[in-house]
Amino acid sequence: MKEIRPAILMLIMFSAICGGIYPAVVTGISYAIFPKEAKGSFITDKSGKEIGSALIGQPFSDPKYFWPRPSAATDFGYNSMGSGGSNSGPTNPDYLKMVASRVKTLRDSGVSGPVPSDLIQASASGLDPHITQEAANVQIARVAKARGMSEERVTKLVTQATEERRLSIFGEPRVNVLVLNLKLDALK
Amino acid sequence: MNMYEWVEIIFFFVVLLVLVKPLGIFMARVYQGERTFLSPLLAPGENLLYRICGVEKDDEMDWKRYAWAMVLFNLVLFVALFAILMLQHLLPLNPQKFPAFSWQLALNTAISFVTNTNWQAYSGETAASYFTQMVGLAVHNFVSAATGMAIVIALIRGFARRKTSMLGNFWVDMTRGTLYILLPLSLIGAIFLVSQGVIQNFSAYKTVPLVQAITYDKPKLDDKGNPLKDAKGNPVTESVTAKEVTIPMGPVASQEVIKELGTNGGGFFNANSAHPFENPTPLSHFLEILLILLIPGALTYTFGVMVGNPRQGWALLGVMLLLLIASFAVLQGVEVSGNPLLAKLGVQGANLEGKELRFSLAGTNLFTVATTGTSCGAVAAMHDSLTPMGGMIPLSLILLGEIVFGGVGSGLYTMLAFAVIAVFVSGLMIGRTPEYLGKKIEVREMWMSIITILTAGIVVLILSGIAMITPPAAASMANPGAHGLSEVLYAFASMANNNGSAFAGLNANVNFYNILGSLAMILGRYVPAVAVLAMAGSLAEKKYVPPSLGTLPTDKVPFALWLTLVILIVGALTFFPALSLGPIVEQLTMLGGK
Amino acid sequence: MSKHAPEPISMFDARIMGPALLDSFKKLDPRILWRNPVMFCVEIASAITLVTFGMSLTGANREPAWFTGTVSVWLWLTVIFATFAEALAEGRGKARAASLRKTRTDVTAKRLNKPKFGSDYTLVGANQLRKDDYILVEAGELIAGDGDVIAGAALVNEAAVTGESAPVVRESGGDRSAVTGGTTVIANAIIVRITANPGETFLDRMISLIEGAKRRKTPNEIALEVLLIALTLVFLLVCANISPLSIYSVKAAGQGTPVSLTILVALFVCLAPTTIAALLPAIGIAGMDRLFQKNVIALSGRAIEAAGDVNVLLLDKTGTITLGNREAVAFVPVGGHSEQELAEAALMASLTDETPEGRSVVVLAKQQYGMKQESLLPDAETIAFSADTRLSGVNAGGKQYRKGAADSTVAFVKTLGAKTIPSNLEDVVDKIARAGATPLVVSCDAEILGVINLKDIVKGGIQERFQQLRSMGIKTIMITGDNPLTAAAIAAEAQVDDFLAQAKPEDKLRLIRENQEAGYMVAMTGDGTNDAPALAQADVAVAMNTGTQPAREAANIIDLDSNPTKLLDIVEVGKQILMTRGNLTTFSISNDVAKYFAIIPAMLLSIYPQLGLLNIMHLATPLSAILSAVIFNAVIIPLLVPLALKGTKFRPMPAEKLLIHNLLIYGVGGIIAPFVGIKAIDMVVGMFV
Repeated sequence: MKEIRPAILMLIMFSAICGGIYPAVVTGISYAIFPKEAKGSFITDKSGKEIGSALIGQPFSDPKYFWPRPSAATDFGYNSMGSGGSNSGPTNPDYLKMVASRVKTLRDSGVSGPVPSDLIQASASGLDPHITQEAANVQIARVAKARGMSEERVTKLVTQATEERRLSIFGEPRVNVLVLNLKLDALK
Repeated sequence: MNMYEWVEIIFFFVVLLVLVKPLGIFMARVYQGERTFLSPLLAPGENLLYRICGVEKDDEMDWKRYAWAMVLFNLVLFVALFAILMLQHLLPLNPQKFPAFSWQLALNTAISFVTNTNWQAYSGETAASYFTQMVGLAVHNFVSAATGMAIVIALIRGFARRKTSMLGNFWVDMTRGTLYILLPLSLIGAIFLVSQGVIQNFSAYKTVPLVQAITYDKPKLDDKGNPLKDAKGNPVTESVTAKEVTIPMGPVASQEVIKELGTNGGGFFNANSAHPFENPTPLSHFLEILLILLIPGALTYTFGVMVGNPRQGWALLGVMLLLLIASFAVLQGVEVSGNPLLAKLGVQGANLEGKELRFSLAGTNLFTVATTGTSCGAVAAMHDSLTPMGGMIPLSLILLGEIVFGGVGSGLYTMLAFAVIAVFVSGLMIGRTPEYLGKKIEVREMWMSIITILTAGIVVLILSGIAMITPPAAASMANPGAHGLSEVLYAFASMANNNGSAFAGLNANVNFYNILGSLAMILGRYVPAVAVLAMAGSLAEKKYVPPSLGTLPTDKVPFALWLTLVILIVGALTFFPALSLGPIVEQLTMLGGK
Repeated sequence: MSKHAPEPISMFDARIMGPALLDSFKKLDPRILWRNPVMFCVEIASAITLVTFGMSLTGANREPAWFTGTVSVWLWLTVIFATFAEALAEGRGKARAASLRKTRTDVTAKRLNKPKFGSDYTLVGANQLRKDDYILVEAGELIAGDGDVIAGAALVNEAAVTGESAPVVRESGGDRSAVTGGTTVIANAIIVRITANPGETFLDRMISLIEGAKRRKTPNEIALEVLLIALTLVFLLVCANISPLSIYSVKAAGQGTPVSLTILVALFVCLAPTTIAALLPAIGIAGMDRLFQKNVIALSGRAIEAAGDVNVLLLDKTGTITLGNREAVAFVPVGGHSEQELAEAALMASLTDETPEGRSVVVLAKQQYGMKQESLLPDAETIAFSADTRLSGVNAGGKQYRKGAADSTVAFVKTLGAKTIPSNLEDVVDKIARAGATPLVVSCDAEILGVINLKDIVKGGIQERFQQLRSMGIKTIMITGDNPLTAAAIAAEAQVDDFLAQAKPEDKLRLIRENQEAGYMVAMTGDGTNDAPALAQADVAVAMNTGTQPAREAANIIDLDSNPTKLLDIVEVGKQILMTRGNLTTFSISNDVAKYFAIIPAMLLSIYPQLGLLNIMHLATPLSAILSAVIFNAVIIPLLVPLALKGTKFRPMPAEKLLIHNLLIYGVGGIIAPFVGIKAIDMVVGMFV
């Protein structure tokens, strides 16, 4: 029973150190050096109002917008209160049906040729803000047509919204859909 | 893999291997009570802590007392966390006014975090307050990791010491592990993660307008909150338009880093390390994988230093690396090939279901093998949506007993138990009473090693069997057929091996999984831990047998390969039938186009 | 010398096979089989298949009766093969014990009232003799019990125990005083002090040992059994787990039937490490038996295994490294004394010295110098050799004749007042010693007369054996009473790793303790009473059967041939036992891979036809696949019995090479063999199914 006292006191001490002091110190330093990132990398409009996080995707289905990946977030796509993936197995018949319907939607929107897999497969978080360059390219014609813009102009915007590999090595080039669509809207 | 992915992966392993030695030496110094560069800063606080808690620094413990202190501490931790979860609504730092957990969920969650499993049957952003996350869960991320490290250090002392029954002081080992190793690394890591965009604040959740309002069908609920059903039994839905979305906030970075560093794996958010706020960039991704493997990898060097021959540590690290890289290669291969059933629909590209685009495919897969080879269990991709063969990789890594790097401490002690078995059989094969690191392997060591490596497997076999014929258990499956079996098998494998990741389609927040899962986590954590300490006690008392030409060198390639073979054979023989009814048959089905 | 026993008993001798077969059925008794937990589980499994067979007959079971019946038969055969292997190994020992028992016919002994020749005696049965009784044994009589010769010397035929037909000398005093009950005195008479009560004699112990009656599991054997039990438990759960999984899969796939009990039981038996579990007892018993064939009796299995672990070997120089006894080949006078003078003194000093060296001095003196002295003067006093003074000699006619090592003789003459030591003594001694021979300095009173050159001859081929030992990681240390120079010369010639010169009993003990303290396992051979403490301390202690009773009691292995190089054989057998166990364990477990590939697709085919792809052996039908695996699992046991009894071939090589070698044979072989075997059996079974 000699060990009871340290057991209880250690818990209290470490709760204070690891649960109190440590996160407080991290928060303090973060606010000092990386305030924007610590608060959520929010994009603000001209009035300074936060209109979304650059890191969190949003749902788009209008032809004038670039569409993001399908999202399996709860309630509705890109609901950041319900992050998560579909957890569908690769042979699940319901899943295959759903993918088929997504392919059909894309075909109906004018996509011919191979469908990039990221456009019909949901992300892990349901909040993935990116699509691949291929997925953006197959949408350029539709968006340009819906907005009455030239494809070259849209392509240029896509290039601007493309995030390259970090330090030329890490990750894959990808297009931030929210940023791209905000740019499109800003042209008006 | 494209060229960039090759560079990324190779660069990763180079960085990891470069860090193993300095961190390994540092940890050896910490646990041997030697001065380190952090001592001037931390020693006064450390000594004050001992005084307050009534711990005598030099009061060494035999294995029974060490085990008792460990178990008692964990019991106290459990009670405290259970209380926090049950009283969440009364505690501070709860801007979203989350209610208390149900007792079954609180029980499962408390056990899950105390056992370093971090299985989550709740989703963080809609259930856990900041107080619960920080003071409840994050604290356990530190101390459960420190507990695992303390146990392996006790075992290493058992090998290194001669003719003594003393294994060190649990409180001192636990404290040093937390103060000198986990906290400093966490602090540095957390700041780096914030720089990449991981959030760290105490704000209330933020609501922002959607650029495009979205209309969706929402199930109608009755007064009690249960979904309404029409005459045919289909759920009744109503059309709802969402014009804005709520973005959760919180002190994420400080927790994210220890979640990986301590191979805990409990995500702040439901999507875990796939969530953009937990893992926003390829660089944060790189660091998080590194954090997962860092301590388990470096502990092999600590082991080598403490037993007086670093090559012994390299040999074990070599086995771990071999298994990790082989697993990665298979996973990468099958995921790149994609799903042939989708290809038929005109889809081109790798299997991206449940994966994020900002991490390269190789990066995603590396995270998957790292998190399941260790007992981390954080996920950056949804394992449930991997191709069947791809899903079998994380499942197998868990079923092997969490030894491919493994949990902090627990990975190495389980690996050492495997080494004892391998030494025993190979010792017989060369005609000698087997000895490992100069200690004779006798009946007691055999018992304890076997208990250490087989407990989790036995729990998985029994509980998954029960689940398959229990209707409520089977009803939780999200996918039909063989894949559903894989989900259940994965759930118990994950809990019994204290991993915590899931084939997350399975709805585990039902009494069956909450309660049997709790049992699995307790057995999977404490039975091996106590067995390891018992083995440490018995090893410490033995005299040292110097090596001769007749001794099998355990720090060379042939032994490492033999050890790898023993691990694979034990794993394969135990789980081949179950795997053949799960992922194997599903893969054959998928390839067959059915 | 001819050897007639232990007679080579063939493994498949009818005299052994018959009783062994009977025994193998007796061993099916669960109360006995319980000692082998793995096979006990297999027996229960076999019993279950009997029940399912019954159910098949009544149509209550899905599989056809011929299938469950055949499975049941083969499962029972698996158990019987296991008990038969053990019975066979025991049978050889029993046959030997029986022949030993014949010699232990009722002997009558002449129990003396006083331990003297000519004392009165009473005739008593051997079983009435107790410790410290004295008996008289005369020519032609059997010695009634174990004991020490306290008076007289006799030629004893020990063939009953050692199988050596040439009689040996047993005499009082010295290191050849022990006699064993059941041996026969051929010439002369001796008085023997009995040292063992009836039932505890050497012969009794030997019989029970080789019968295997008192066989205890060794620590290594228990540790291995722990592993086997754990594996069995896991496989039991694996099989139990398949049942609910298959029930679910049937529902999920909408076709097929859940795996039946018969098939699960069959799978369990195939997976369980039956091969090694079945042969485990036989390996240990056969190891003891192999030692016995080499005329070595191990008093416990533990001692043999310890022999396999030995790192340091202490070898007596005499008889082990050099050929038996040293012989006096020359007298070298010093300080102006004549050869004749020296020869006379040497003869005097050696007249009562019954050691072979002493006798060789006498012989040399008589043959080359014509000395005739036969017996000592009545007032003569014998000064026996003691390990402390390291001198021996005679006081006769007012003179003190001594011979001994140079330093002790010099020390001795100095105590008698010698003022000068002949100047050329050191040269002569050195010269002899450097040549590897032993210089024995002779003195008469305070005068040093010269040196006897005792020549040592290193045995042929001994260097190769030490080289083998070295490659196995065993260090050899030669122990000798010689001076360091002599010792070094012989050590160099014999190529031992180290030597201990001028060794006194306490030096030997200290050497052993030091090595043990450093973690080494020490083996030593000895025969003298003064070796007893060191023998008791050594981990592996081999006593010569010709040795004294205390030496034999302190030892845990007895060499009936009294040939000290036997230690090498003992080490070899010890290693063989462990290796055979390890190799068969690896083989047994590797086999499971193929069995999975045979059984898993077969038993799940009705649920998921896709799994047919795993049937890489293309076995004919699911039932024939399962049956083939079961049959392979059973027949592999008798096929490996010869290997278990003979032991894995031992090759002295470094540990790592040995491991790779054995892994290739038993690990890789263990994976491949069942693929071939099961496929072959399936082709045969396929003809009937």
